[in-house]
Amino acid sequence: MYSNRYIFTYAAVLVIVAAALLSLAAMLLKPFQERNLAIEKMRGILTSAQVTQANASNAIPLFNKYIVKELVIDSKGNVLNSYTKSPKEDAPAFKLNLKEELYNKSQKRPYKLPLYIAEKDGKTIYIIPMRGTGLWGPIWGNIALTSDFKRVIGVFFDDKEETPGLGGEIAKPKFQNEFIGKTIFDDNGNFTSIKVVKGGVIKLPEAQRIHGVDALSGATLTSNGVNDMLRNVLKSYLPYIKNHR
Amino acid sequence: MSTEKTEREAIFSPKNVKLLTGPLNLNNPITVQVLGICSALAVTVKMKPAIVMALALMVVTAFSNLLVSFLRNGIPARIRIIVQLVIVSVLVILVDQLLKAFVFDVSKQLSVYVGLIITNCIIMGRLEAFAMANKPWPSFLDGIGNGLGYGLLLIIVAFFRELLGSGTLFGFQVIPQSLYNAGYVNNGMMILPPMALITIGVIIWVQRYYNRSLIEK
Repeated sequence: MYSNRYIFTYAAVLVIVAAALLSLAAMLLKPFQERNLAIEKMRGILTSAQVTQANASNAIPLFNKYIVKELVIDSKGNVLNSYTKSPKEDAPAFKLNLKEELYNKSQKRPYKLPLYIAEKDGKTIYIIPMRGTGLWGPIWGNIALTSDFKRVIGVFFDDKEETPGLGGEIAKPKFQNEFIGKTIFDDNGNFTSIKVVKGGVIKLPEAQRIHGVDALSGATLTSNGVNDMLRNVLKSYLPYIKNHR
Repeated sequence: MSTEKTEREAIFSPKNVKLLTGPLNLNNPITVQVLGICSALAVTVKMKPAIVMALALMVVTAFSNLLVSFLRNGIPARIRIIVQLVIVSVLVILVDQLLKAFVFDVSKQLSVYVGLIITNCIIMGRLEAFAMANKPWPSFLDGIGNGLGYGLLLIIVAFFRELLGSGTLFGFQVIPQSLYNAGYVNNGMMILPPMALITIGVIIWVQRYYNRSLIEK
C-alpha cells in the first residue's frame, strides 16, 4: 500500500512531465500547422471562385495565379491597403484575423476587413471571407461575387464540429452549389443577403426565390448560422460595395 | 551470491509471436472481443482514413502499453486508472498534433475520432488486462498486435465500403467507366454507417464459419 504522500507526489510529477511534453510538441509543430491552415484558407478562397481543382498540393500556385489584388478596407468602405505583389500570401489582407476583426465590430471598436479580387476567364471576381457560429462551434467560408457585387459565383463553407451528416453537410458541394447564380441585391439595389430557408425556397414568394436557398433538413441551427453569417458579414462590406458598384 | 542465471526469453519467442498474431484472427479486438466498434463504423468510408486511424491507434496502444508496463510497479493502485488516462491522452494529443502538422487533410477527415482514441475501449482494455501485469516487451507486442487486428478489420471493411460505395480505392477509380455506362451505379448505402455494421456482421459470420471454436455454445 502506498502512502498518501507518495500518491500525491506521483500524480504531481506525472502531470508536470505530461504538460512539459505537450507544450514542447505544440511549440515545435506550430509552424507546420500554421502552414497547413494558410493553405486551407487559400483552397477555400479558390473553391468559392469555382477553381474546383484546387487541393492542398496546388493551392499556393493557383492562389498566386488567380488572385490579382488583396484589399484591406475599413468600416466606411475606404481602402486602407491594396496589395498586388507576389507571393500573394504575404498580403496584409491575407494575414488579417477575421475572427478578431468581427469581434471588434461587435464591440463597436474600429475594425478592418479583407477582400480578395480574382481574375478568371477574363472576369473579375470579388471574394468575401466570412465567419460565424454554427450549432457546436465556429463555421466559416467565402462567397465569390460578380464584379457588380450582385450575383453569386460560388461559395465555400467549412466547420469545426458540426454534426457529420447533418450540419456538417454545409461543407459539401451539394449544399454549396445551391448558392450559384443567386443574388444578394434585388432589382432596386436593396440588400437582401441570401436566406437559408427552412422547408425550402418554395415557401418564399416567387420574386424572392432568387435570394434564398434550401436549408438542410435536420440541421436547422447550423442552417440559421449560415444565414446569419451571410447577412452579418455581407452587411459589413456594404459601404465598400456601395462605393464601387 | 546467487548463481542462478535467469534465462532470457527470446525477443520473438513463440509466446511473443502469439501476442502479435492472436489479435489478427482468434482474438480480434473487434470481431471477438467486440471493442472499438464505434470508430470502426465512422472511419471506414474510405481506405486512407481507415489506414491512418489504424496506424494512430496502433501507435497509441503500443506505446501506452509500453509506458504503463514500465511504470506498473510504481503506479499507486488507487489512482491507476487516472495515471493510465493521463498517459493515453498525452499520446493521443501528440498523435493528433503530428497529424495536423503533416497530413492535414487526413486529420480533417478523422476530426473528432482521433480525440476519441482516448476513449477507445481497446486501449484501456489492454492496459488493464495486459500491461499492468506483464513486462514491457510483451506489452508492447500486445499493443502492436491489437492495433494490427483492429487495423486489419478496418481495412477489410473500408475496402468493401469504398469499392462498392464510391467505386474507388485510395481515391483511384477502379470500377471501369464502361460498367457505369452499362448502367452500374454505386451503392449509396455503403457510405452510411449501417452498412459498416452489416459488413462487420458478415465478417464475424465468415470468421466463425472457419473457426468453429469461436462459436458460443
